[in-house]
Formats: sequence, C-alpha cells, structure tokens
Amino acid sequence: MAIVKAQSLTYTYPNAEKPALDDVSFEIQKGEFVILTGPSGCGKTSLCRCLNGLIPHFYQGELKGKILVNKYNIVDHPIHELAKHVGLVFQNPENQLFALSVEKDVAFGLENLGIPRKEMIERVDCALKTAGIEDLAERAPHELSGGQQQRVAIASIIAMNPEILVLDEPTSFLDPLGAKRIFKVIGKLNESMDMTVILVEHRLDLAAKYADHVIVMDKGKIALDGKPRKVLNSDETRMLGVGIPKATRLYQLLDEEKALHSRQVPVTADEMGKLVRGALRA
Amino acid sequence: MIEVKNLYFTYPSGVEALRNVSLEIRKGEFVAIMGQNGAGKTTLIKHFNGLLKPSKGEVLVDGVNTESVSVAKLARKVGFVFQNPDNQLFSETVEDEISFALKNFGFKDTPLRRRVTWALKLLGLTEYRKASPFMLSGGERKRVALASVLAWDPEVVVMDEPTIGQDYSQKEKLRQFIVQLNMQGKTVVVVTHDVEFVSECNPRVILMSGGEILADGFGKNVLTNIELLTQASIVPPQVTEIFMGIKDLGFPVDIIDLYEAKELLMKRLGRK
Repeated sequence: MAIVKAQSLTYTYPNAEKPALDDVSFEIQKGEFVILTGPSGCGKTSLCRCLNGLIPHFYQGELKGKILVNKYNIVDHPIHELAKHVGLVFQNPENQLFALSVEKDVAFGLENLGIPRKEMIERVDCALKTAGIEDLAERAPHELSGGQQQRVAIASIIAMNPEILVLDEPTSFLDPLGAKRIFKVIGKLNESMDMTVILVEHRLDLAAKYADHVIVMDKGKIALDGKPRKVLNSDETRMLGVGIPKATRLYQLLDEEKALHSRQVPVTADEMGKLVRGALRA
Repeated sequence: MIEVKNLYFTYPSGVEALRNVSLEIRKGEFVAIMGQNGAGKTTLIKHFNGLLKPSKGEVLVDGVNTESVSVAKLARKVGFVFQNPDNQLFSETVEDEISFALKNFGFKDTPLRRRVTWALKLLGLTEYRKASPFMLSGGERKRVALASVLAWDPEVVVMDEPTIGQDYSQKEKLRQFIVQLNMQGKTVVVVTHDVEFVSECNPRVILMSGGEILADGFGKNVLTNIELLTQASIVPPQVTEIFMGIKDLGFPVDIIDLYEAKELLMKRLGRK
C-alpha cells in the first residue's frame, strides 16, 4: 500500500524564480525504509516539508500537482492534523527544542494531543530509552551538545508514534558512534514497529544497509528511484555527486579492472569483505 | 603558529571542558581535531582566536598570548567558521554578508568588491550574490559563512564541522580547496566527525575525549587504532573496516585510502 504518493508535484517558494520541486512523482510503500539523497539544494528538504504540510501551509508559495500522505491530500489538511501521522526531525535540533527540560520537551507533543498522564509518562520514558538518553531527562536541552540535542529531537518525535518518520539529516551533528546508534534506533523502529522511514542523508556509508528504497533528487526533480544496490551502483548516482558507500566504490573500482564481480553489489564493509573472501577462495 | 600550553578551561557552570591540553600547530599545517560530542573540541578551538580565555595555562597565536590582544585583532589572523551558520549570518543578501567583515577590516570599493567576487566564486556561490542567506539550504548557508571568512584572507582558518550538510561533491571541493589553501602556506584547523572526509584528506589527526588529548599523529595511524577510536566514539573509515574484516587473509589493517585499498586487493585478486 502506498503511504506517500506524489503526482507531478511542483512547488515554488514565494518570490522564487525557479520551482524547488519540479514535476516530482513517486510512491513510498508502507513500512519502507527510504533514503532520500542528492546534491545540496536539490529539493530534499522541500519535499520533507510537503510531507507534514509545512509546505504549503507555513511556507505559502505555489503548489501544483498532488501529494497524498496517508491518503490525506496535504493541501486540505492543516499541519497539526498531519503531525499526528508524520513526525519530522529537522537538520538542526536547535530549531526544534525549547522546553526547560528534556523530559518536558519530549512530552510537549503528547500534551497537545491530550494523552492521559500515565500513558504520557510511559511513552516519554520509552522514547528516551529508545534514543538512549534516559540519563538526560532532567537536563536543559540548550545546555546539551549538538549530538545530544539531536537525540532529544528524535525522542520527542518517537513519543508521538507517527506512522511516517521523516528525518532530515538527523546525524549531521552526531559523532560517528552516535550516528551509528541513531541509524540502529531508526532501523529498529522501522523493523519492529513497521514505521515508514524517510531519511534524508548524505552519509550513506552508515545508513545504506538499512534502506530498501533509495530516491536520488537533482535540481528539484527525481533523478533515480529504486532498490539501493541498483541505485547506489549506477554511474549516474556517482556523477550527480552522491557519496556512495566506500565499499560500493571499492567494488566498482575492482569491477572495472575485471578483478571482482558479483550480482549482489556490496553496500557495507561486511558485504565487501565477504565478497573478497569468496573471490580469493574460488 | 598556535601553541597551547597546559590549557585548562572550566565553564561558569562548573563543567571542566579542557584538562591539561598541550599542543603545537605549525605554520602551514593541516590538522583535524576529532572526538565525541562534548569532548572539548569546540572549546579548544575557541581559544585559538581568543573567544575563550584559559582558566589555567596559556595559548599563543603567532607568539602572542591571546589574553593580551582583542578578539577583533586576532580574528584578522585567525578566521573562524562556526558549526551552525545561523549563528554567524545576519545580512539581507549573501553579498552584504561577505562584505561585512571586510568593511570592518577597512576594505573599500574595488578591493572590497573584488574580494567578494573572489570568495563567491571560490565557493560556487556566484549565482546567490543577491539572494538572502536565509532562503538558501543548510549546506549553502554553511558555504556563505565560509566565504565570508575566507574573503579577508586570514593566515589561519579554523572550521568547526565544515562538512555538515555538505553533499559529497561539495566535500570534494572543500577538500581540494583546503589543499589549495594549505599550499599557499595557510594553516588549516578543522573540527570534524566526518571520518570519511578525514580519510580522504589525510591530515594530522588529534583525537580528543573527555577534555583531554587521546592521540596525535598521522591519519593512517590514528584512524586505524580501534581502541583509541572507540574511546573517542569514532568509527573507522569504511575502507579500514573492510580490511579489518579480512586481516586473517594476510591483509594489513592500517589502510584508510580507497586507491591504496584498490591496489592491495588488485595484487591478490588479479593474480587469481
């Protein structure tokens, strides 16, 4: 079942000359883990803003075509209604946090929904634990490091338990181990809770293994759309300046020299290691 | 160029962010400071242009103690690009943004315009000259912040997480750009988490954890030392990870460079 469906979606910001999204059509199935990538300024963030109605309700501008999120046409539903279904984690956590304690920040969205106190406490605790920040519950968000703040932002979205989780470069500010941990958390939400994940990411080395669908955008259009191994191994993806995993790139270099070939293109270090091992044994 | 001697720094809140840090960065060096969130990296580099003053110990920039000069004076020598461009940008157009510091440093008319044009071109921002910085994407705003610092041509360029929000080709440009700055004799200090970026640049790597320096050396040595990396919440570059997985087949593990990796594998696979 398609949970997101865009048809010839075209959007232009107020006073902008060129559209930020130009005739975009795609489908995302329920329960998919989608990586949305592409050069800076290609329209990834604008697309995320459509998913929870920030475009067009907050940003205004001109929207043509159609996008259905959970069968809702975003144009007909206000942001607060869409927010129940779509959780958006921003690139910069500072834009999202404001309460005096981490716990309050995470509870804020639930308070607005009028969730009973007991359930609220449970959901906040669970979200803090999933994001690995139980020990920060009492701390003030603005005193935390960028990485910790990002985990608070993610926890406050997890607490809302949305059907669709949209993350706009959520690990930019995290150290690699922290990033790895967040991807694991997102992978788990996707796997065990069947949450649909749309992850905007440049750093594919760590994220690629979780994805089952990759969309590459360029200049407001969809450039490639398909299975990760196919998209990541395509020359076009690399030419667009997408940072494909080093394991995939190394495989390509060896494949070009006819030193290594596989029908299953590696996207992780582990897969690449196994491929080399197999080739040496053969 | 920068000398840090037994530096301690405690924030007013009582958090001790730096403990007995000593290091020396020579003129023309390219240094990457890495480590986990909250390791003290940003606190350390804020001492390089006098934004923070030591609680104990001292910091010398070009032989001058940072306590004895103003930030404004140090800034001419040490350009600082912040992690979050929104803390730095405030003008109505990209052009005004880049002109701002130049005006403060006394640049006027043609030299000013020439420098703005140069900086815009350098960072691929020419088409955004008249745009508002706030209409740009995160990655683009980051480049505006970098352009506004490079425009006044400081001797030392300190960048806090320059690759955040940058796509791969921009990172590649940034890398070439740093190499170019470096060749002109500029000292470049980068605070970053981006192991892949560092493995491609191969600078001197300083690894920090808990306000202290854990390791200081060649990228090839530091980024392949799992024990140190784990302490600093860094994962090794993916190329290194591949080699760690096949070390029992007689491969070395201190590999961070993609092309070195290719050559090594070609030798074994090609022979088959």
